[in-house]
Amino acid sequence: MQLKPKYLSLLILVLLVAAAPLFFPSGFYYRVGALIFINGIAVTGMVILIGYAGQISLGHAGFAGIGAYSCALAPVYLNIPPVAAIAFGAALSAALAWVVGRPILKLHGYYLGVATLGLGILISMVLLNEAQWTGGPDGIAVPDLGLRGLLRDMGLRVGAGELWYWVAALVMILGAWLALNLFDSPTGRALRALHGSEVAARTIGIDVPRHKLHAFVVSAVYASVSGSLLAQMNRLITPDVAGFMHSVQMVTMAVLGGVSSVLGAIFGATILTALPQLLTVFHQYEHMVLGLVMILVMIFLPDGLLPSILKRLKGRNEE
Amino acid sequence: MSALLDISDLGIAFGGIKAVDGVSFAVRPGEIVSVIGPNGAGKTTLFNMISGLYRPSQGQVRLDGRDITAMEPHLLARLGLSRTFQNLQLFGDMTLLENVMVGHHLRERAHVLPDLFALSSSRRSTRASADNALALLRRVRLDKGAYREARAMSYGALKRLEIARALALEPRILLLDEPAAGCNAVETAEIDELIAEVAASGVAILLVEHDMKLVMKISAHIVVLDHGRKIAEGAPAEVARDPQVIAAYLGQHGQDQVLHAER
Repeated sequence: MQLKPKYLSLLILVLLVAAAPLFFPSGFYYRVGALIFINGIAVTGMVILIGYAGQISLGHAGFAGIGAYSCALAPVYLNIPPVAAIAFGAALSAALAWVVGRPILKLHGYYLGVATLGLGILISMVLLNEAQWTGGPDGIAVPDLGLRGLLRDMGLRVGAGELWYWVAALVMILGAWLALNLFDSPTGRALRALHGSEVAARTIGIDVPRHKLHAFVVSAVYASVSGSLLAQMNRLITPDVAGFMHSVQMVTMAVLGGVSSVLGAIFGATILTALPQLLTVFHQYEHMVLGLVMILVMIFLPDGLLPSILKRLKGRNEE
Repeated sequence: MSALLDISDLGIAFGGIKAVDGVSFAVRPGEIVSVIGPNGAGKTTLFNMISGLYRPSQGQVRLDGRDITAMEPHLLARLGLSRTFQNLQLFGDMTLLENVMVGHHLRERAHVLPDLFALSSSRRSTRASADNALALLRRVRLDKGAYREARAMSYGALKRLEIARALALEPRILLLDEPAAGCNAVETAEIDELIAEVAASGVAILLVEHDMKLVMKISAHIVVLDHGRKIAEGAPAEVARDPQVIAAYLGQHGQDQVLHAER
C-alpha cells in the first residue's frame, strides 16, 4: 500500500525528531533542537502564506513579538495562566492580522512587502518604547509555564532543554499536520489557485480577498505561537523577537528549504538555526550569510533545497 | 425562448479611446453565439466586461433579467457565468486534476478551520470534487495525465483543460475566448464537438474564435465587431455575405472558405 504524501512527510518528521537525540553529544543540543522546532513552527506558517497563497510578508516577526510578550505580560497584568497566555497571544495576533490584513492584502508584490515590513517595525517599536510595560530594550522576564514543576510532582525529572525539545517538537508536528491538511483541501486549492492566477481564480468563483486574509491570519497564529514558545523556553524576552531581522530569517529559512513544501521549509529552518548555534564563527556573520543564502537560492534553486533535490532524484528515475 | 444573457449598449473607453462602443446582442440557453472581427476589434475587451474583469463605462449586462453589470467575477461565477481565456490562465504548479477540482470551488465548502483539521466535511468535499473532476478530464480526454502538473502539458491539452475547468462550474453560460487557437485540425475538431455537446445540454455559449470554418459550422448567430462597434449580426450565411464584413474582416479568400464550409 502506498503512503499518502501527507503521512509520508509526517512520518519522516516524527522519525527525525525522535531519532535525533540519539546523536546528541551533550544536553546543549536539546536546546538547539528546540530552537529549530520553534523556528520550524513560524516557517510552516510562512509556507501557508508564501508557498500556498503566494503572498509575501516581511513583518511576521511582529506576530511572534505579540505571542512572546503576551506570555510575559498577560499572566502579570490580566491574571491569565501562562498556558492560556499562548492562546491569548494567538487570538490577539489573529485579530490584528484580520484587521490589518484586509486593507494591505489588496497590495501586490513589493508593495505588500513594504506594507508588512511597516507593520512589523511598528510592533517592534511599540515593544521597544513602551518600556514601563515591556521593559524596553533590556527585555522582560516571562513567568514559568509550570510544566517542569508539574512533571516533578508526577515524579518525572526532566531537564529544561529536554522538556522544551519535546514540547516544541510536538507543537511543530501538530502545525505541520495542519498545514499538510490544508494543502489538499478546498481552501488550500483555492489559495494555490489564486497564487497561480488571480484573474482565473476570481472567474471560477474564488473570493480572493477572503482567502488571502485567511492565509494571513493563519500564518500570523503560527508566528505568534512560535514567539510564545520562545519566550517561555527562554524565560526572558527582548524586542529582537519582533525585529526586522527575525522576519527576514523566517522568510529566508522557508525560501532556502523550499517555500511550497512544509518539510522543505522545516529543513531550511534546521540549517539556518543550527549553523549559527554550532559554529560560533558563523554567528558573527549571520546577517551577511542570510543575505547571501537568499541571493544564491533565488538564482540557483528558486524552488528551494528540498524540492530541487527531490526533482533531481525523480528526474533521474524517469530517465 | 427569452435571452439568458442580454447585452445592451455596452461600451468602455480607455483614456478617451473607445475600445468597445454601444454593442448590443443576446444569447439564449443552448444557443452558440460567436463574436468575430479583426484583431483589436474589442472582442476580448467585451468578454472582460461581461465577466466582470473590466467595469464598462456605458450600457448594461443582464443575466436572466438581472442586472449584472460590473459585478465581481466570483459573484458572477455563482450566478452561473464561466469563461476561458485567450492566453491560458491555468494553475501551472497544480496537477490537471487539481486544476479542474478548483473549478468546483463553489460547490465545495471552503472553510479554513475544518480544512486545517481535515474534518470529515472537508475530506468529503475533496473526494466529491476529485470524482467530478476526473469525469470531466475523461470528457476532454485528459484523464491519463490527471496527476501531472499542468505546466508539463502541451498547449492543445491545456486549452482543453481550461474548458474542463470552466465546465466544472456547471455554468449556465460559458464564454470561450479562442478555444481553438494554436490547436491542430484534430484538436480543433475535438473542441468543436465538445462545444456542440455542451450547448446541446442547454448551456448558452458565447464564442470568440478566428477559425472561420469552426465558427460558421457551429454558430447559430454571429456578431461582427470592428473598431469596437458592431458592424453586422445574423445567421452565419447572412454575415458571410455582408459586404461590410467581407471588407473589414473576412476578405475574399475568407468568404470562399466560409461558403465552402457551409456546403
